[in-house]
Amino acid sequence: MNIIVCLKQVPDTETQIKIGSDGKSIVTDDIKWVMNPYDEFGVEEALRLKEKHGGEVTVIGLGPKRVTESIRTALAMGADKGILVSDEALEGSDSLAHAKALAAAVKDTEYDLIFTGQRAVDDDLGIVGATVAELLGIPQLSLIVKVEVAEDGKSVKVERPIEGETLIITSTLPALITAQKGLNEPRYASLPGIMKAKKKPLAEKSLADLGLDSADFGTGARKLKILELTPPPGRQAGKIIEGETPQEKAAQLAKLLHEEAKVL
Amino acid sequence: MAQGVWIIAEQRDGEIRKISYELVSEGRRLADALGQDLTVVLLGSNVKEKAAEFGPYGADKVLVADDSRLSPYTTDAYVSVISQLVKANEPGILLLGASVEGKDLAGRLAARLDVAMAQDCTAFAVEDGNLVATRPIYAGKAYAKVTFENSWPQMATARPKVMSIREPDPSRSAEVVDASFTLDDAELKTKVVDVVKDESGKVDLTEADKIVSGGRGMKGPENYTILEALAAIIGASVGASRSAVDAGWRPHADQVGQTGKVVSPNLYVACGISGAIQHLAGMSTSKVIVAINKDEDAPIFQKADYGVVGDLFDVVPALTEEVKKYM
Repeated sequence: MNIIVCLKQVPDTETQIKIGSDGKSIVTDDIKWVMNPYDEFGVEEALRLKEKHGGEVTVIGLGPKRVTESIRTALAMGADKGILVSDEALEGSDSLAHAKALAAAVKDTEYDLIFTGQRAVDDDLGIVGATVAELLGIPQLSLIVKVEVAEDGKSVKVERPIEGETLIITSTLPALITAQKGLNEPRYASLPGIMKAKKKPLAEKSLADLGLDSADFGTGARKLKILELTPPPGRQAGKIIEGETPQEKAAQLAKLLHEEAKVL
Repeated sequence: MAQGVWIIAEQRDGEIRKISYELVSEGRRLADALGQDLTVVLLGSNVKEKAAEFGPYGADKVLVADDSRLSPYTTDAYVSVISQLVKANEPGILLLGASVEGKDLAGRLAARLDVAMAQDCTAFAVEDGNLVATRPIYAGKAYAKVTFENSWPQMATARPKVMSIREPDPSRSAEVVDASFTLDDAELKTKVVDVVKDESGKVDLTEADKIVSGGRGMKGPENYTILEALAAIIGASVGASRSAVDAGWRPHADQVGQTGKVVSPNLYVACGISGAIQHLAGMSTSKVIVAINKDEDAPIFQKADYGVVGDLFDVVPALTEEVKKYM
């Protein structure tokens, strides 16, 4: 069973976001970049399925050269080979364009299953998985917390929690699954894994290598146009509740929540 | 020329979901700003009788696609039907809810129509006849104002519980129309084989009006009973910080934060949560925030409307007693 994992590199979740002088982008100096946390679940699940059913795991990343680090991390976890789609023309592209480049890279690879994170924790758009699936003409199963591939490798059964219910869904393969927290606990890359990863194949492809026209990418080709980025609306520190005892403080708080905030 | 505002209603087992009324109310506002009509698109099985519910909230027309294959929701079937309706009618704006279902549908639909989509928006406006959407990015560490370029319909999803529902006007009614579509069984590659109901009765965090949340300061899974006691009295759902979830004290579905759920309740009570940026990102659109923490320097107090410096093991049980007076 051949599995592809698409991964993105994002600012570490502890990062404070600073808005750049253009008012439309963030300051990327001093950012610690990590593999998108939801993509880690995808890598882990791909490795578990490979351990059970055999086959190969290919990791595809997209972006500047630094994305290689995240691909190497996935290789150190146990993936077999990596592809970095890197091209200056990609700079400033929107998610639709990114998905088109990823789908083009996937097309040249044999696959039964594709994993992406359910969304990236930077632009929070959650559209890349669906778009890749659409462009490949395969079904998508999104926000999944459990995956079972049938013995014959021709279908998959998944669990998708929705508000108050869990849907059990089956699909033909190939299919694309977007990973949600709860799917698994991603492993750490071991030291031997890190050593081995250095020797694993990692190909780099440009848009031209994928048969794509660079005019369809970049800021100029964006369909979702950013007008402005702003800091979140300010929240002022409010009242500290006074009182001698926990009971007094609790009474005061309950009263304020009822009379002033009107939420009780 | 693309025109008209469309909203995709959401129903489950034939019951209209609250997000649909939020969307109709917001859609009416945008339609008025543009001087255009508001159409509600309702898909499902035996749902036609529900179509009348949207008129009083502002719909001019309800387009109903009724087919046994449209319940329960599947991406394949819904995307196929809605994309046909969009292509035949060319609406200018298309809004969906940023629920689990809405996000799934919106992503694939945008791809099928080859248009941009603004996900999980907290505000919409019309500027120069175009939809301008505000959406939190980095889970709310920044807000992006976005619009659309060469992309029709202008498509977006709205975060649940952020947009208000208008007072229904019982004298208003909407025209109900049967949608014309085809659905080929060969398109349907996925199948819902079972639906497991959550019997806990707990409202999902993304839809909860009130949330009582516990972090590292809870010290262990057994202590969440004191939060559950408070939650039971005020009608809240119980959430958790990432550290509590990573420690295995609470299930993943309870996590509030950048890698968990982003929530917007009317009341968020943070107990023993220091307020790491990861957590603040997930709950900063809450309307009223209460923090209970021993450490008076905890960053959560900078975001809280009401702060109690004290031991949560004393304060929370006392609060549970006190709130009974008002319930």
